[in-house]
Order: sequence, then C-alpha cells, then structure tokens
Amino acid sequence: MSVTAFLTDSTLCIGCKACEVACKEWNGIGEDGLNWSGNSYDNTGALGHSTWRHVKFVEHMPEAGFGGNAPELNTWAFSSDVCKHCENAGCLEACPTGSIVRTEFGGVYIQPDICNGCAYCVVACPFGVVQRNPDDGRAFKCTFCYDRQKAGLIPACAKACPTESIQFGEIESLKLRAKERVEELHSRGMQDANIYDSADTSVGGIHAMFIVRGDPRTYNLPPKAEVPTIYLRKGWTSSAIAAAMLLGGTLLAFLAESQRGGA
Amino acid sequence: MTDPQLRTMPAGRTPDISSEQRLAEIRREAGLHGAVKAQGIRPAGAPFPAASEETGYYGIPLLKEPAWTWEIPLYFFVGGAAGSAAVIGAIASYTGADRKLVRDAQWIAAAGTVLSPALLVADLGKPSRFLNMLRVFKPQSAMSVGVWTLVGFSAGAPAAAFAGFLQDRFGPSLPLRIIENAGQAVSMAFGLPFSNYTGVLIGATAIPVWNENVGNLPIHFGASGLSAAVGMLELMGNDKSRALQALGIGAAMVECWEGFRLESKAKPNLEPVKRGLSGAIVRTGGLLSGPLPLVLRVASAMTSGRQSKRLRRFAAASAIAGSLLTRIGWIHAGHVSARDWRAPLEIPRTLIAKY
Repeated sequence: MSVTAFLTDSTLCIGCKACEVACKEWNGIGEDGLNWSGNSYDNTGALGHSTWRHVKFVEHMPEAGFGGNAPELNTWAFSSDVCKHCENAGCLEACPTGSIVRTEFGGVYIQPDICNGCAYCVVACPFGVVQRNPDDGRAFKCTFCYDRQKAGLIPACAKACPTESIQFGEIESLKLRAKERVEELHSRGMQDANIYDSADTSVGGIHAMFIVRGDPRTYNLPPKAEVPTIYLRKGWTSSAIAAAMLLGGTLLAFLAESQRGGA
Repeated sequence: MTDPQLRTMPAGRTPDISSEQRLAEIRREAGLHGAVKAQGIRPAGAPFPAASEETGYYGIPLLKEPAWTWEIPLYFFVGGAAGSAAVIGAIASYTGADRKLVRDAQWIAAAGTVLSPALLVADLGKPSRFLNMLRVFKPQSAMSVGVWTLVGFSAGAPAAAFAGFLQDRFGPSLPLRIIENAGQAVSMAFGLPFSNYTGVLIGATAIPVWNENVGNLPIHFGASGLSAAVGMLELMGNDKSRALQALGIGAAMVECWEGFRLESKAKPNLEPVKRGLSGAIVRTGGLLSGPLPLVLRVASAMTSGRQSKRLRRFAAASAIAGSLLTRIGWIHAGHVSARDWRAPLEIPRTLIAKY
C-alpha cells in the first residue's frame, strides 16, 4: 500500500458532522460535547482524546460575496479538523516508550497496548491534538483508521462524508488534486482559497491537508507549527554548560578547601 | 470566549474633532434614513463572537495543557537536588573532605533514587506500565534520555551510599571501598545531566513559555538543584564547610542572573512567568533562590559565631524553598501558556477584535 493522506476541503463541507459520528462509531469512542459551546454550532471546540474528528464552524462577519452570500448576512465556513499526521511528528519523537509509531501508510499511530500515559506527547504536539484520557490514563488521537487501511478500506470519516469534503488517497495525487481544486476555486472568484499543509516549517508537511478560505488562523491552524525537536540542540547545549559549571564549580570549591585545610 | 481584554471597555477617550464629527454623522444618517448602515463595533463580551484573524477560532486555545499533576514539579525538585548532591558527594570524597559531608551527600542522592521513580510512576496514566519506558532508548526524546539517566543514576547512588554505610559500621574494607568509588563515579557521571535535564524536557515542547527559554532552563534548573542540595547538606549539619558556602553563593549568583535575564525581557510569551499566580510563584521562587540567599550568605561570611551560623541556615532554607517554588512556578506557567490562544497563532496581544 502506498503512503496515504486526507485532503479536507472546507469549501465542500456542509457541517453535518457525519465524520464525527462515523469516527466515534467505528472506533468506539465515548460520547462528548453534548452541550452548546455558544461558538456557533461547535460542540466540542477542539480535538481531544474522545474527539478525533472535529467540525469547526467558522462564522465570518458580513463580507460582500463571501461564499456567494448576500453582503448583509453572516457567512459560514465549515471545516472538519483531524490529527495532521505530521511528516516530523512531535508526539512520535517525544514518546519515550516507542508506543507512537509511523505506519506503513505514513500515519502516526499510538499503540494503545504500549502507551503508559506519560503525557509527554500532549505537550509535544504543535497542533494540540493528542490528549490523555483522564479515566483511562492513556493518550489518544486519530489512528488514521489504521485497522481499516490494513483491510484495504478507506477511513470511516472519509467514507461517511456525503460531499467528499474529506478526500482520502495516495498523498502525491491528493496534493495534485488540492492544487487543481484551489486553482479552480480561484478561477471561480474565491481568491482567498488556499492550501494548508505546513510544508514550509520544521513539521515538513502533513498527511491531513486542508483547503481553507482566508486566514488559516481563523480555523485555529497555526501559521508556523514547529516540531519541538528543533529546540533540543539549544536545550542540550545549555544542559552541557550547566553540567560543566556544576562539575567545575564543585571541583574548585572542594580543591580550594582541601588545600586550605592541608596548609 | 472569556477574554478579559474583550470584556473591559477602554478606560476613557479624549473627544476630538473627528470623533464629534462622526457622532454628528450618525445622527444625520439616522434622521435621514431611519437607520444607521454602519457595522459599528463588536460589543464587548458579545455572546456570538465571529471567528476572525483577530480572535482566532473563538479564542479557543490551540495547544493542550500539560496533563502532569503535582508529582512532576516535585520530581524536578528532588531530581535536581539528588543529582547535584551526587556530584558534591563524589568530589568531596575524592578531595578528601569531611566524611560526614560525603555520607550526607550520598544519602541525599540515594534518597532521590527512591523518591524520583515513585513520583514518576505515580504520575503515569498507567503506572503498571512504567517498565515500557525501558523498551527503547530515543535520543530525540528528552524524556527517554531522562529516564535512562535516572536508571544509570539509580545504579550508582544507592551503591555508594550503602557501601559507605557498611564501612562506617564495620570498618574499612577494600571491596567495599571499590564499590563505593565506582558507585560515586557512576552517580556523578549520571548526576551531572540528571540535575538539569528537566530544563530540556520542558524546553523541547510546543508550550511557548517553555520553548522560548529552552536555552536557559537547564542552567536555571541546574543552579536551582545545586542550591537545594547545598541547602539540604547545610541543614544536615555541614554548616562549617567553606566549599558549600562558595557553591551556595555561586548558585545564588546564577539564579540572580537568570532572574535578571527573565525580568529584563518584555516578550509576550514570557508573561506567564511574570504575571498572575504562576508569575508570582516564579518570582517568589526566584527571590528565595537568588538575591535572598546571596545576601544572607555574604552576611554570614562577614559575621562569626552563632550569628553567622543562623544566617547560613536561613540562606539554606530559603534556597530549598526557592528551588521547589521555581519548579512549581514553571510548570504552572506552562499551563497558563498553553491556554494562551494567541501565542501559537502569532496574534499580537495588542490587537483587539475589530468587530
């Protein structure tokens, strides 16, 4: 099987949350978000241990022509968020047990039988995806439907999506399709359509790309997500300096004392 | 979302010609058309905030807060003190310092090897799977490096302490002397990184206030651990050692410098270590581990007798408390920083929602 990816096209999303339901049903995830957040029709607000697909409801203030709406109406954009399955994944690098692995499909997968709930991946994810389940103790996130992919099937969310807003396929062809789609949108007057794929940062690209309109920050997508391993060199240098200071200082202090004592 | 900046109205505005003209314009438009077409401003605390470049996604934090509980800052404190104590014990032993000082340092290090794993295991979501940490060694994971450092440290420190104890009890013996020396060497080799690696551990994360300081946190935590170890040794009765006094002064000076460095920078990502509860804890910890023990130690060095001893004990207690508060404060600051939705979206703090 080749390396696969999601392409979530927010211009096709109708906010039906079929992906959330399909994900929960297939993966057997507990209920959550059964209340109003007050932020449009968003229930859960963010991805988490029990939310592996999350439909964002991005309301725009009146903006003439946005989404083809009349200028005096609020306009909507919906986007189904998911684990980005980074090329350089912070959670995978941080995991001290080797529980988090890269699958043959290019996804980032937490092996639930290995995870010991140290929660280091939680603070290592630049997209805030991974979360520890307080009841279970382990960390959870989207599995990229590793089990379904192994059986030659497409992920549950992509299968349930009624508008093909969630597309799934071989990564290179999806990248091409994303480019074509954005060009098409531009030609139809949606000049603000763009691809979000974090390819120009240390994350080095993601296996869950998005087509969004306007500023990606409106969708809580960070403009410059960095994999935390880039901080290691600076950190260990500082650690070496601290160790040298401790060793040198202690040696000096006790040598001076022993000489004084001996004299 | 509950954003204090959006809720508080501007304290006051100075009326000028343009503001008064604008009000007259609104009145005229209302009179002419019966309605005002302007968008107006977004009322503060409006219940239905629209997502925008200024508000992000309804101000919902992008990053997840650390899931660690109270065990982790305590582990940072214990590990820092134990690692430094092992280095002090080994060097004190090799330079022929007072036996009691060596023994006490060995016991602090050995106690650390009991407490540290207990605290770490207690914090795990699945404590029964602690051994899974030892399945792999991953140099790119600061936690994996740290766990293996702890393993190495735990192999050396208790052996040194126990061999030392047996010799004190039953007299000198060559095999025990060899075990003690080897244990000391091992505990020193691993104690050096063990005393400060926790700075790398939290520095190499996605939390802004932590990764912003990754180049200094290990030095900061290292000095903090050293001052705690020195303080503990002094409170255990080694308060005549000039070497410990010198180390205490050195560590306090580094802490002063770290505090100065933090306070002199005005980056928005540093606010969690300056403002609010987390800021108060970090600042109190800084005062107790930097300036206060420095002043007390210098005063102690200039006085003599009981007065000098008392000042030194105060300095020791202050440094220990400061070291603990420093770790609690920095972890708490990480929580505050993760809740800051602006930082990862690179939205300036000064920018308030347009609508």
